[in-house]
Amino acid sequence: MNFTINVWRQNGPKERGGIATYKVSNISDDMSFLEMIDVLNEQLIIQDIEPVVFDHDCREGICGMCSMFINGEAHGPGRGVTTCQLHMREFKDGDTITIEPFRAKAFPIIKDLMVDRGSFDRIIQAGGYVSVNTSGNLPDANATPIEKQDADAAFDAATCIGCGACVATCKNASAMLFTSAKVSQLSLLPQGKIEASERVMNMVKQMDLEGFGNCTNTGACEVECPKGISIENIARMNREYLSASITSK
Amino acid sequence: MSKLNSNIPEGSLAEKWTKHKSKIPLVSPANKRQIDVIVVGTGLAGSSAAASLAELGYNVKAFCFQDSPRRAHSIAAQGGINAAKNYQNDGDSTFRLFYDTIKGGDYRSREANVHRLAEVSASIIDQCVAQGVPFAREYGGLLDNRSFGGVQVSRTFYAKGQTGQQLLLGAYSALSRQVAKGRVELLSRHEMVELVVVDGKSRGIIARNLVTGELERHSAHAVILCTGGYGNVFYLSTNAMGSNVTAAWKAHRKGAYIANPCFTQIHPTCIPVSGDSQSKLTLMSESLRNDGRIWVPKNAEDALAIREGKMKPTDLSEENRDYYLERRYPAFGNLVPRDVASRAAKERCDAGFGINKTGEAVYLDFSSAIKRFGTEAAHVKGIKTPSEDEIKRLGEKIVESKYGNLFQMYEKITAQNPYKTPMMIYPAVHYTMGGVWVDYNLMTTVPGLFALGEANFSDHGANRLGASALMQGLADGYFVAPYTVGTYLSQDITTGKISTDSPEFDEAESTARNRMEGFLNSKGNTPVEVFHRDLGKIMWSQCGMARNSEGLKKAIADIRILRDKFYSDVKVLGKIDEMNPELDKAGRVADFLELGELMCMDALAREESCGGHFREEFQSKEGEAVRKDDEFAFVAAWEFTENDPGKSKLHKEELTFENVELNTRSYK
Repeated sequence: MNFTINVWRQNGPKERGGIATYKVSNISDDMSFLEMIDVLNEQLIIQDIEPVVFDHDCREGICGMCSMFINGEAHGPGRGVTTCQLHMREFKDGDTITIEPFRAKAFPIIKDLMVDRGSFDRIIQAGGYVSVNTSGNLPDANATPIEKQDADAAFDAATCIGCGACVATCKNASAMLFTSAKVSQLSLLPQGKIEASERVMNMVKQMDLEGFGNCTNTGACEVECPKGISIENIARMNREYLSASITSK
Repeated sequence: MSKLNSNIPEGSLAEKWTKHKSKIPLVSPANKRQIDVIVVGTGLAGSSAAASLAELGYNVKAFCFQDSPRRAHSIAAQGGINAAKNYQNDGDSTFRLFYDTIKGGDYRSREANVHRLAEVSASIIDQCVAQGVPFAREYGGLLDNRSFGGVQVSRTFYAKGQTGQQLLLGAYSALSRQVAKGRVELLSRHEMVELVVVDGKSRGIIARNLVTGELERHSAHAVILCTGGYGNVFYLSTNAMGSNVTAAWKAHRKGAYIANPCFTQIHPTCIPVSGDSQSKLTLMSESLRNDGRIWVPKNAEDALAIREGKMKPTDLSEENRDYYLERRYPAFGNLVPRDVASRAAKERCDAGFGINKTGEAVYLDFSSAIKRFGTEAAHVKGIKTPSEDEIKRLGEKIVESKYGNLFQMYEKITAQNPYKTPMMIYPAVHYTMGGVWVDYNLMTTVPGLFALGEANFSDHGANRLGASALMQGLADGYFVAPYTVGTYLSQDITTGKISTDSPEFDEAESTARNRMEGFLNSKGNTPVEVFHRDLGKIMWSQCGMARNSEGLKKAIADIRILRDKFYSDVKVLGKIDEMNPELDKAGRVADFLELGELMCMDALAREESCGGHFREEFQSKEGEAVRKDDEFAFVAAWEFTENDPGKSKLHKEELTFENVELNTRSYK
């Protein structure tokens, strides 16, 4: 297969960027999208052009590092996949493919397709944990039974990979899906309930400080989320937030 | 002469760790605040160690090359984590977990370390649950378990097929809490490129800021490597693209011995290689072997017909299939340990029974399980004479509930529906049991330098059992290092801040800079990736699932030629003082090119077959591994000398077994 690739090139955070166009050939339909970029980069190096910089690591859809906006969609066409799980068989021979970085005020571009998602780390640091130190003397793991339904719902929320597709997709660049997934996971579990009020207040505050937008319930985040994180989590976070703000001292 | 003292404490096996902990010197809270610790890597071992040490009061700097600690490749572990909780009342105990691990490792690990691992395993589960890790539960609200290869109890805790993700996010949350408190300084997108040794002690690192390209100096009283394994030396592996050996190798060049580097784990159930531009391989969890049956056609003509696309696997009747694991190992069947299952697949494919275009794939078939589950489900529903379609539908539903995410992952990659046609699988490089040599306290041969998790060699011998990597990473980070690193630091309470303005830091920084400039100035014609791919081919064909003396000698010669070519012909664009992922990759591949030679030397020196190390010269008539305990019951620890991996010097740490009897591993 052969493709025309329009890709965003930007040398640094403060530099002006633009679309560059390259041809890439001899792509097999079994290749992943990132392997196609690998081939493109090897071609560029041979032509003395600096390779396209992009984030990637595990290449099996779990680390959350890959982050391309392909033909106007986060992680490209197809549902429930990250860019590394997207295969070239999803495209037609001769297609023109446009690749941009995830764009949001809180995700500044570092270079080309690579963005800084440190804001996500700082939201977690604001309260996305249970305050328990390492200790060999904690209660036995089975001391507190947890209803299977709650444990499963907490798990579903916890499968968020922190890629930022929700933010890139949202017209307000809101991080509500990401933040609410962690808030939900912990508030559904007895271990996390104790700090629930403080947690939701602090995490939402940090989310706003980072410059993420608000949620207007369009639900696009849920559609593009590679892990199918539900917007029910946003509803749960709103409820937690409301009750916390009424009762907070 | 040799620096190898394993420092195993006195006393009976079950008392060693408890006694050791109660006797070791402590550091007072006020003194801890004066002491700096560097943790490199933020996977399970790194995140848990950094969080725990910070909670104790040390000043911690945590480094990772990814954009966030949460990306570390522990996140990709699927199946589960072992712990001797005996919640199932199926006869599990600390001793049994210890025994299974020693046996599974083919009697090439240290008894005392493995017993400690089994002892602390239960605390790991308590810790993770307290952090809010959502493990799978039963309807009664208690934790669920499943079974893994090489054992006969159910001791594996899991969170669907994403156990590694959930455990890492737990450790990451503990780490994030300490970052918020200012107890940990987080340096993401930073890569360690040199170790700094001052007066024989590990005192800091040189790290490259991967965004600006700047070489930074960071000092500390102790440095802890939690940098994972080196499976990417094979180019294609289940590791992440960025996983590398550089930190460990730089430590090796500064005096840290590397132990048993040839002990690599080839995982039997991975998606086969599809083409030349493939960048990585994807694992299909071992848990699939609970219900999937592995087979190839009984007749070579059928295999050929399938390879040529003239026949489908579903066309073959039962009597024309060879369920070779069930045939060879009736007691454990499809759940034999990984090394055994991998070798058996290779044996069949080499004999011409492989079933994909490349001839390197076998079937993992769920049709029996679908039928069995479907019949059961029909029975429960009171359907007396269910039709075949009904059974299939009900059975598929149950298989989906158990393995749905893995089936989906398989379909995404291969575009084949594993409910309808058997999965194709083939072994792939997955884990490295070898690693930096450490003593009982997890300290390397460089005082003040520690290695935790997959980066060290200590607990899995020649083969790791499934669901034990997560256990070891967290055991080391949460429950071992906080004690043993403290013991070392208790001598350092009056040292004061370590200056980065010293000849040792100057030297380390200029070494790193010169090396990078070398790559940029080589002005060759070949991209880095090409060398990595070529190295991988040599390693996989000569130092993979089966090795022999002739092949290993050839591999050593070939790697030396490739390495010379790399330095004269590598092409890296860009500059040193800027973001330059190709330059980073060149550094990693350069280190793999040295490690590869050492692995082959180690494999050549170990004239026996054990665990993942199979020397063709040492096998029984039935093709089983033949171990030689009289000559090779030792840890092979290699010292780097004369600036040449080929001149590495072998040191032996004898392994003594006082609590288990050395037996031929049998799963028949």
